[in-house]
Amino acid sequence: MYGNDFGSDQAADQHVPAPDEQAFAALLADEGRVEPRDDMPGAYRKSLVRQIAQHAHSEIIGMQPEGNWISRAPSLRRKAILMAKVQDEAGHGLYLYAAAETLGVDRADLVDQLHSGRQKYSSIFNYPTLTWADVGAIGWLVDGAAITNQVPLCRCSYGPYARAMVRVCKEESFHQRQGFEILHTLSHGTSEQKAMAQDAVNRYWWPSLMMFGPPDDDSPNSAQSMAWGIKRFSNDELRQRFVDMTVPQSEALGLTLPDPDLRWNEERAHYEYGAIDFTELFEVIKGNGPCNAERMAHKRRAHAEGAWVREAADAYAAKQARRTESVA
Amino acid sequence: MSTRDWPLWEVFVRARRGLSHVHSGSLHAPDAEMALRNARDLYTRRGEGVSIWVVRASDIEASTPDERDPFFDPAADKIYRHPTFYEVPEGVEHL
Amino acid sequence: MNDRPLFEYTLGLADDALVSAQRMGWWISRAPELEEDVAMANIGLDQVGQARSLLTYAGELEGEGRTEDDLAYLRDDREFRNVKLVERPMTDFGVAMARLLMFSTYQLHLYRALSAGSDATLSGIAAKAVKEVAYHVDHATHWVLRLGDGTDESHTRMQAALDAEWPYVDELFGSRAPSLAGRVVDPAELRDPALTDVRRVVGEATLTVPEVPTALGGGRQGLHTEHLGFLLAEMQHLHRSHPGATW
Repeated sequence: MYGNDFGSDQAADQHVPAPDEQAFAALLADEGRVEPRDDMPGAYRKSLVRQIAQHAHSEIIGMQPEGNWISRAPSLRRKAILMAKVQDEAGHGLYLYAAAETLGVDRADLVDQLHSGRQKYSSIFNYPTLTWADVGAIGWLVDGAAITNQVPLCRCSYGPYARAMVRVCKEESFHQRQGFEILHTLSHGTSEQKAMAQDAVNRYWWPSLMMFGPPDDDSPNSAQSMAWGIKRFSNDELRQRFVDMTVPQSEALGLTLPDPDLRWNEERAHYEYGAIDFTELFEVIKGNGPCNAERMAHKRRAHAEGAWVREAADAYAAKQARRTESVA
Repeated sequence: MSTRDWPLWEVFVRARRGLSHVHSGSLHAPDAEMALRNARDLYTRRGEGVSIWVVRASDIEASTPDERDPFFDPAADKIYRHPTFYEVPEGVEHL
Repeated sequence: MNDRPLFEYTLGLADDALVSAQRMGWWISRAPELEEDVAMANIGLDQVGQARSLLTYAGELEGEGRTEDDLAYLRDDREFRNVKLVERPMTDFGVAMARLLMFSTYQLHLYRALSAGSDATLSGIAAKAVKEVAYHVDHATHWVLRLGDGTDESHTRMQAALDAEWPYVDELFGSRAPSLAGRVVDPAELRDPALTDVRRVVGEATLTVPEVPTALGGGRQGLHTEHLGFLLAEMQHLHRSHPGATW
């Protein structure tokens, strides 16, 4: 899962056309795909590193809100599904870090940048999972929004990123379905369960729409990303696609979406939705969301507490290598 | 806190018997034994494989895009290496 | 079907797996490295799977229509039959691997014997599980070797973990009920082969098998540490807050 809502990277914005830009444009036009050892403009590389790293960080931080319910899942079947899902998020983070590393950066550096706050992750994970229904809402809405964002990335111009996304999307489709199934079961259960489901949808609907990022006329990186074939559709196009897909599903669930302005526009053949209050999004990006501090503290703590283990494994590997050498 | 990664390994998975190992992705592991196990957990948790190779990424020697023309272009005009180069009279089969 | 001794025996195996999985699940997002998050989740998932099959079978043996979830969520700690080894908190990676080595080695011997046993259902569950726990043993072994023979710090911590867990090993090998003689494997018979395996890994890891007194057993009779109550409170509260609901 992942969103487009990251803060912009100054360096990527101030991108100056490099001398090799023309050759690169020709490569993009001829081949459509860029591979790790190709010459590429510094700004393209930088922009990709930023996006892939933030995407990877989002997967990893995204383990926490749902991991929060593993110990309390209300049935053993749900517990197993949730463990498998959170495990997938770790796997997706790993695929993505690996894709970023093909651009000449080290995972350790990216992780350091996450820990020091220099790189961001999707703001959606700074919202708390207060009830079991939130696990359903995350699967249905957050993963649904993520998939809408990610499917076009399978055709992204950078080969390793596109290949990682193919794998992620294949695995992610179960995530959205299990979320829908959780909510469907709740909304057809007791009145308390249905209320729990509705409450979760009420809280997660608007943040899910914000996952697509700022409106097109306020999205500084989008044009360049589209020219480079990293991005295929604009934020608003993807957001509209998500809304059109989700409204009928909400009807099947018997749950309402918390937007009084939501209505079908026959002429446009799209759903219209109310104005999104982006001030909240920008507050959350700035670090003032409900869970920013907790998420980062959790991640940093796990990393720090694992240091002795990582060092031990290195030391053992070095000893083994020496032993093999002395035998040979 | 600054950190150093475990070495990077490239992972190749044989999806089923009869097929070659194909590059699946990469991961970090302290040594080959752990790399194999991590690869099993990461790249075959949905039953995607029956055999795994791991190779230290730094041990791979790769051709570079700069060398692409001298490496690969000379093969382009040897069309006689392909069966479609040859004319076969009408009605001749199994050839 | 009402087979009380076999019900209790199966419940013991099920609760070991369930409680262990509950502790293992805590690690997902907290492991020392991302690759290990994935590995520990795999192990936890295997254990949940074993618990579900065993609880379902236990419910059939009891013959009162209880499902896997009824047994997992609606029993109190005095009714749980797991050993104390698996129920205590496990927030140190060394402890996690020490415990996994002991527990999965025991499980490997147990499931191997059960898979050749006369109870068709148990032998089917065991035959599937034996492959899973063989991997758990392998994973734990690799980590105990690396932590024991890694750095000075990791050696010290790994030894401390062994020292802390060792008193609880004995309970794994408590005898099955006399009436089950000839029907199921007696864990007491697994003590020597299983502990031989564990000792070999401990030695190879340059660690020492601690000389510590054995902790009091009682888990199989529902006498637990204080930790199990909290573990179950967390695990069960949502399910119990909505009696009769479907999830």
